[in-house]
Amino acid sequence: MAAIKIEARGVTMAYTDKAGRSLPVLREVTLEVQEGEFVCLLGPSGCGKSTLLNILAGFEAPEEGEMRIDGRSVTGPDPRYLTIFQNYGLFPWRSVLGNVEYGLEIQGVPASRRRATAMEYLRLVGLLPFAHHHPRQLSGGMQQRVALARALAVDPDVIFMDEPFGALDAITRIKMQEELQRIWQQKKKTIVFVTHDIDEAVYLADRVVLFTSNPGRIKTVISIPISRPRDRSSPDFAALRDQIFTAFQMKQEGEPGEPEYYI
Amino acid sequence: MQRLERIFLSMAGLAGALTLWQVLAWAGLYPRYLFPWPGDVLQCVSQQLRQGVLGEHIAVSLFRFSGGYLAAAVVAIPLGLLLGWWRRLWVAVDPLVQVLRPISPIAWLPLVTLWFGIGDLPAIVIIFMAAFYPILLGTVTAVKNVDPVYIKVAKNFGASGRHILWRVIVPAAFPYITMGLHFALGTAWVFLVAGEMMGVRSGLGFLIIDARNSMDTGLVVAGMLVIGLLGLAIDRLFGWLERLACRRWGIVEEEGSRWPR
Ligand SMILES: Nc1ncnc2c1ncn2[C@@H]1O[C@H](COP(=O)(O)OP(=O)(O)OP(=O)(O)O)[C@@H](O)[C@H]1O
Ligand SMILES: [Mg+2]
Repeated sequence: MAAIKIEARGVTMAYTDKAGRSLPVLREVTLEVQEGEFVCLLGPSGCGKSTLLNILAGFEAPEEGEMRIDGRSVTGPDPRYLTIFQNYGLFPWRSVLGNVEYGLEIQGVPASRRRATAMEYLRLVGLLPFAHHHPRQLSGGMQQRVALARALAVDPDVIFMDEPFGALDAITRIKMQEELQRIWQQKKKTIVFVTHDIDEAVYLADRVVLFTSNPGRIKTVISIPISRPRDRSSPDFAALRDQIFTAFQMKQEGEPGEPEYYI
Repeated sequence: MQRLERIFLSMAGLAGALTLWQVLAWAGLYPRYLFPWPGDVLQCVSQQLRQGVLGEHIAVSLFRFSGGYLAAAVVAIPLGLLLGWWRRLWVAVDPLVQVLRPISPIAWLPLVTLWFGIGDLPAIVIIFMAAFYPILLGTVTAVKNVDPVYIKVAKNFGASGRHILWRVIVPAAFPYITMGLHFALGTAWVFLVAGEMMGVRSGLGFLIIDARNSMDTGLVVAGMLVIGLLGLAIDRLFGWLERLACRRWGIVEEEGSRWPR
């Protein structure tokens, strides 16, 4: 019996534009994430996925609604619930090792133990030989792995990822997905993962949360009951991919509706 | 472009300028005592060098310059960090800075000599004023332009406000602060002569004014030339230090190795 880790109840959010009008971004979003679950947020650009993630991670407060993690109200960012950003957010003035040590440094972990832990996580993401490089000497995929190692090093319960592989080429992307899945299975973290990519969502998620826009709200939630590691060419995989396509009305079936998702 | 070609081209440019100078001198628009020949200037320089006075003037000027410049950096960088970090304070101070900044340090000269008397101090103050605003504005801009994602990351890991300022904002802004410092170096050097035109009896600015008063135009041009060459040397030295620091900061020019050897 897995416990509920993250709970969003009726989260509503609006931004005010320059003319002072209120732009609804999220309306009545209610979502539960189980402990150890991998949930993907999937939806068209501008539907408020990043906004929801920012609220979950405590960087922004919702206008209405309630946010709880571990039963406690979210009031601000917390090292137990870490966000990995799309542009990695690595500190260019620190070496790869220095970046991975960062969170431990803030927690006051002594230098020698800090170094050992950081090295361990660099090994986990396969970047041990690059410990003394600067982040900008690494490729995008490698930088994303440094960001992952930096987050894992402080042993968080929850990892929020906002289109982490969005900037990577297709091959690197698939490698990173495989690696993330391996690490997730090994470390048993709860992961909330924003993506644009339907295949990525079907490959990674236990459940895919589909969003529609204007204002952003949850359209439907689709469970992915395929055992791991998943085979992208299996019929099950194709069926679930189809189900998502249909849900976004991108497939012409029966009554033609306005497509909600443009690629 | 090849290094050799670069050297050749800049030599050719210099030679062209020298030739033009000599041709203009031969054209005789002004008599020689008003329009010195290149040879005259060279003679002045070597004569000054032999007497050892040129070295003294240079040393005094460099002392005043570095005094004013370093003082400006010491005051303007912390102030800029504060103003860049604390938006409300900047909004309050910005109009004042915008009004004061266009006032040339030369316009301050009468007051500066009244307040600081004669000697090294007025010259140092003028250099200080010339360097102050570029360093201040460079630092404020640097802090404002720090990628907010760095601050988000630091907050997420539980960093305190003081930690964020010293361990995130300062290193993130550092390369751009350095750019402000570099820019201020050039701006302030220009005002060296102005600072040494009154109230002192030494320095390159004084050398020029003094030579003019004794109608020694060769020496005037020699002084100008020395200021130009020293300015160039200082700029290059700073550029070299800047590259060194940037490499330390991981802002590598692309020749850096991508793979471990
Ligand atoms: N700080 C802000 N101020 C005003 N409007 C904002 C702000 N942040 C986001 N928005 C608006 O809110 C809406 C949702 O933005 P959000 O970034 O959450 O979308 P998204 O689903 O993550 O899109 P994408 O897939 O393109 O990243 C957009 O219309 C955006 O313009
Ligand atoms: Mg987004």
